[in-house]
Amino acid sequence: MSTDTATPARTSPPPRETRRPGRLRRSWDKHWYAWVMVAPVVLVLGVLIFYPLGRGILLSFTNLTEANQLAEICSKSITGTEVCKPNPNAWEIVGVDNYVNILTGKVGEFWQQFGVTLLWTVTCVVFHYGLGLGLAVLLNRPMRGRGIYRVLLILPWAVPAFVSAFAWRFMFNENFGLINSVFESVGLDRVAWFADWRTALLTAIVANIWLGVPFMMVTLLGGMQTIPGEQYEAAEIDGATPWQRFVNITLPGLRSVSMTVLLLGFIWTFNMFPIIFLVTGGEPAGQTEILVTGAFRSAFEGIRNYSLSSTYGVLILSILLVFSVFYRRALRKQGEVW
Amino acid sequence: MTMTMAPGTTAGQSTHTPQVNKHSRAKRSPLASLGLHATLIGASLIAVFPIAWVVLSSFKPKQWVQSSELSLVKEPTLGNYEYVLFETNFPTWMLNSVIIALCTMTIGILMSATTGYALSRFNFPGRRKLMMVFLVTQMFPVAVLIVPIYKIMATLGLINTHASLVIAYLTIAVPFCSWMLKGYFDSIPTSLDEAASIDGCGPFQTFWRVIMPLARPGIAVTAFYTFLTAWGEVAYATAFIQTDDRFTLAYGMQQFVPQFNAQWEYLTAAAVLVTVPAGLVFLYAQRHLVSGLTAGGTKG
Repeated sequence: MSTDTATPARTSPPPRETRRPGRLRRSWDKHWYAWVMVAPVVLVLGVLIFYPLGRGILLSFTNLTEANQLAEICSKSITGTEVCKPNPNAWEIVGVDNYVNILTGKVGEFWQQFGVTLLWTVTCVVFHYGLGLGLAVLLNRPMRGRGIYRVLLILPWAVPAFVSAFAWRFMFNENFGLINSVFESVGLDRVAWFADWRTALLTAIVANIWLGVPFMMVTLLGGMQTIPGEQYEAAEIDGATPWQRFVNITLPGLRSVSMTVLLLGFIWTFNMFPIIFLVTGGEPAGQTEILVTGAFRSAFEGIRNYSLSSTYGVLILSILLVFSVFYRRALRKQGEVW
Repeated sequence: MTMTMAPGTTAGQSTHTPQVNKHSRAKRSPLASLGLHATLIGASLIAVFPIAWVVLSSFKPKQWVQSSELSLVKEPTLGNYEYVLFETNFPTWMLNSVIIALCTMTIGILMSATTGYALSRFNFPGRRKLMMVFLVTQMFPVAVLIVPIYKIMATLGLINTHASLVIAYLTIAVPFCSWMLKGYFDSIPTSLDEAASIDGCGPFQTFWRVIMPLARPGIAVTAFYTFLTAWGEVAYATAFIQTDDRFTLAYGMQQFVPQFNAQWEYLTAAAVLVTVPAGLVFLYAQRHLVSGLTAGGTKG
């Protein structure tokens, strides 16, 4: 992390004598404008993100659902006055019960959904990165029509994700979808894509790969163009084959960009809501639900189970935090100062 | 770090100029050339085809959309568009989406511009922590915030209002905009700030008079991207909005394809109407977008 990109304070530093007052005071004198500049965002982060996050974590230790959220039950008596008495089944704090229930599989399908999420994330990210890198290499050479290819290949990114989700669900439709029609015309059987979890997940993965490759491609292409051309020329003079040049110059040159986009890709795919929600909708019978959509359904469908959903949320966040800590540590061990 | 060493390739500049292999075109054999173009054409077809198919289907009447017979266009009609635009609430949904996305975009940019600048220029205590927080908020699954925000909105009586969605989207937009804008400000040489300060500008004046005008392309791109994120958001819109006249596009369009009796012909027409403006804006913005994103990411 290169903090040297940040120019230290430029307004005249306080003279030596005034350094006497407390550390905080000195710090304030020196940095007040920076702090004033970040204040609105810090405030918003606090109010809109960390306060709800705190509440979410608290919720995960209760058993709050739609059915027991009222503290009092009020009913009109015969005389017309409202009589309120405490709700005997009101929500209460249950400690870590939610976590225990979810992790032991007593409630919900955490481990099954976790498995699906991992399969989904790893497959998507591997294809995103592989295809993105391949296309970036091809595009990173002078040729005719380069600009046109670039625009066409970026198109999937330009479409809002929910529209792409609908488009793929449409194409995978069992009765009149394009894919089945093509299958039929070449003599294959129609596939009931959403009747089996494997084919259903496949449709979502295909949709998401289609959607996510352009981001990787453009990012890696940007990274490639920062690699100095002399390195390639020198390698060529030394008689390096194209493959050797790719492995020894391109890949190392892309390292820091790759590490960033792989981490972001992993996190984004792990939390990718619209594709699963709209393409498979969890079909068949919730078997292709990933953690995020599973949590959403428990919170907002049927009897709303707010506490269960919050517990899911906290678990997902913990998984991602642990993952990124290990990821960064692994990078650091290899000498990457990111 | 490559990106750090080459600040010239970040925002605002075309990354289009080929820097490497300038001379390999002459050396490429015709066969290699053929392979290269064939692969790229194939990939482009895959990229474009689903979009094209939806566009084609939107011009077909119902019986041909829902037919297993393969046909590019049959009995082309504008009926689907007519229905979507005049017989449904689609225009209202679009208006809702525009309002919500515009509000999110404006508030997000206004709040995060100074933060991006401070992060880019000043080395103040708490800077690295704030950068870390922005990265961590990328990890927040929708599931962890949606319930508490829902409960808070319910307490405030804001469920089923545009305001609730704008507030929810700000949780995504503010960290993202700050992160992106920092990347853009990084690409503006600090010598300009120094010159301004010699001329007697304070930090706020420097930011407002010198840096903001220069960062306009970067700000525009960040704004567009924020707009599109709000434009396509599904989860919060599905959870918070309950009545037909308040739906956003992402939720409203689900109405066309219920579990049974889905009306794909209308959905395809609506999809085209939604995508065309978003796509145009995006294609304009994307070139600047990516350089900014990676710059912010690798410069920490």
